[in-house]
Amino acid sequence: MSAGTPLLGVEHLTMRFGGLLAIDDVSFEAADKKITAIIGPNGAGKTTVFNCLTGFYQPTIGRLTLHHPKGDFLLERIEGYRIAKDAGVARTFQNIRLFPRMTVLENLVLAQHNVLMRASRYTFAGLLGMKVYRDAEAKAVELARYWLDKVALTEQADWEAGNLPYGDQRRLEIARAMCIEPTILCLDEPAAGLNPRESAVLNELLLFIRDEHEIGLLLVEHDMSVVMGISDHIVVLDYGRKIADGTPDEVRRDPAVIRAYLGEEDDEELPPEVARDLDELR
Amino acid sequence: MEYFTQQLINGLTLGAIYGMIAIGYTMVYGIIGMINFAHGEIFMIGAFISIIAFLLLGTLGVTWVPLALLIVLLVAMVLTPIYGWALERVAYRPLRGSPRLAALITAIGMSIFLQNYVQLLQGARVKPLQPVISGGFEFMRTENFSVVLSYLQILIIVLTVILMAVFTLLINRTSMGRAQRACEQDLGMASLVGVNVDRTISFTFVVGATLASFAGLVFLLNYGVIDFYIGFLAGIKAFTAAVLGGIGSLPGAMLGGILIGLIEAFWSAYFTVEYKDVAAYSILVLVLIFRPTGLLGKPDIEKV
Repeated sequence: MSAGTPLLGVEHLTMRFGGLLAIDDVSFEAADKKITAIIGPNGAGKTTVFNCLTGFYQPTIGRLTLHHPKGDFLLERIEGYRIAKDAGVARTFQNIRLFPRMTVLENLVLAQHNVLMRASRYTFAGLLGMKVYRDAEAKAVELARYWLDKVALTEQADWEAGNLPYGDQRRLEIARAMCIEPTILCLDEPAAGLNPRESAVLNELLLFIRDEHEIGLLLVEHDMSVVMGISDHIVVLDYGRKIADGTPDEVRRDPAVIRAYLGEEDDEELPPEVARDLDELR
Repeated sequence: MEYFTQQLINGLTLGAIYGMIAIGYTMVYGIIGMINFAHGEIFMIGAFISIIAFLLLGTLGVTWVPLALLIVLLVAMVLTPIYGWALERVAYRPLRGSPRLAALITAIGMSIFLQNYVQLLQGARVKPLQPVISGGFEFMRTENFSVVLSYLQILIIVLTVILMAVFTLLINRTSMGRAQRACEQDLGMASLVGVNVDRTISFTFVVGATLASFAGLVFLLNYGVIDFYIGFLAGIKAFTAAVLGGIGSLPGAMLGGILIGLIEAFWSAYFTVEYKDVAAYSILVLVLIFRPTGLLGKPDIEKV
């Protein structure tokens, strides 16, 4: 990977569901070691982009290239589990998807499945409790503990994940995504449902991941304090089209963005949360 | 009291067989939400592979019982899972994501296919095997009755306990087992953390078939006669056991199997043999009315 290549290249991505054009010819790039945010009003197609990236949807048209140190991966072509295993794309969900009946620690160890499978020699070494497997498992637990410490969940390591409070579940999901040792971390509304204090902690965590672990982050977010506070680059979608692309400052002043958030008319009868977002934008 | 003890022993042996088959049902249901009705046939194939292996060993002159048993056990537990694996690969995987009804009908179709396959290859007549292990302990003697705990029953119970321990270790301690449990909870998410879901599902079928083949061998040793149709009734009973214990729950499957075995044994002892199946199924109906999730099953809570 040369210095100029972006980490992720999305080219002419189009996703059609029957008669609905959810994404219409969207192209953007996400740089390595940078936080790229995708924003837009409800129904703009942000989550659909994520679902295409992580193999949940097969794009109608388009190319999704991940430039990995090991080589390029075309994400729309490879089998679902290899997107995480080989390309190293990790993802979290807006409506959290943990393994609720596993412990917190087990959720994190599971994310290192492929490392452990290699060490367990396809299960036999694991079943016999051989040293290679025990060592690998000890290392997996060590990495899990490291992330538990980072997201402040060490105390709850043995809880069933489903019993954690909401904010903790969100942080655990990020920790789990980091345990697959990704090249890019995709976060779908990580601040949704968090209070201002929790969302400030989240910002710090994301910056820490960018700076210390040096991976790219791709972020779909509604919360403008998160987006404006930490993003290096912002892509704005509206009705499935890209309407702006640039640094937070550029996007903030872009008339097309203001129009998309406000509508063409005057801004009298705005719902309160839109008004708040708008204030943040300005 | 003597009579009760005897029936307890018989019921436990029978229950071990049902429980071993029930685990296969419950695992497959847990992971892909489908009742694999051909699982009873996998059990039957396990019994057939065992009898063929015994007869071959007999002609080869391996007559030392422990060695013969060990070889047959290994042969059955290696060959039967190939059927389990092929069943999933050929019949179920192409239907992944199709409506449940399609998968269910395919399972019934595969069940009929496998019955006929064995009937064609092996004939419809019952296949006898002379007792491999005979004798046992007699205790609690009175004038007209004594309790017999046969060596075979001891062997069955010991082997069942060992196999269950290995199985529990496999599911709880290895990374494959962890992946298996993850897939039960959320297939899509498991794939997103890099778990090869197809391979994990194959693994589930292979493990289920291994346990079923053991049950087949035990059935053969215990009853001495098998035919191509034994999988049907045993399969339905084991399915009942899985539902009774709570479908999707592994300890539940074993518990359900043992309960069904005991109910049958006691009912035929104290009431009528003819109605033992009615008794087993009636208990199932009662459990489903008052505890629809089964004894150890957890209710499906949908978060909104």
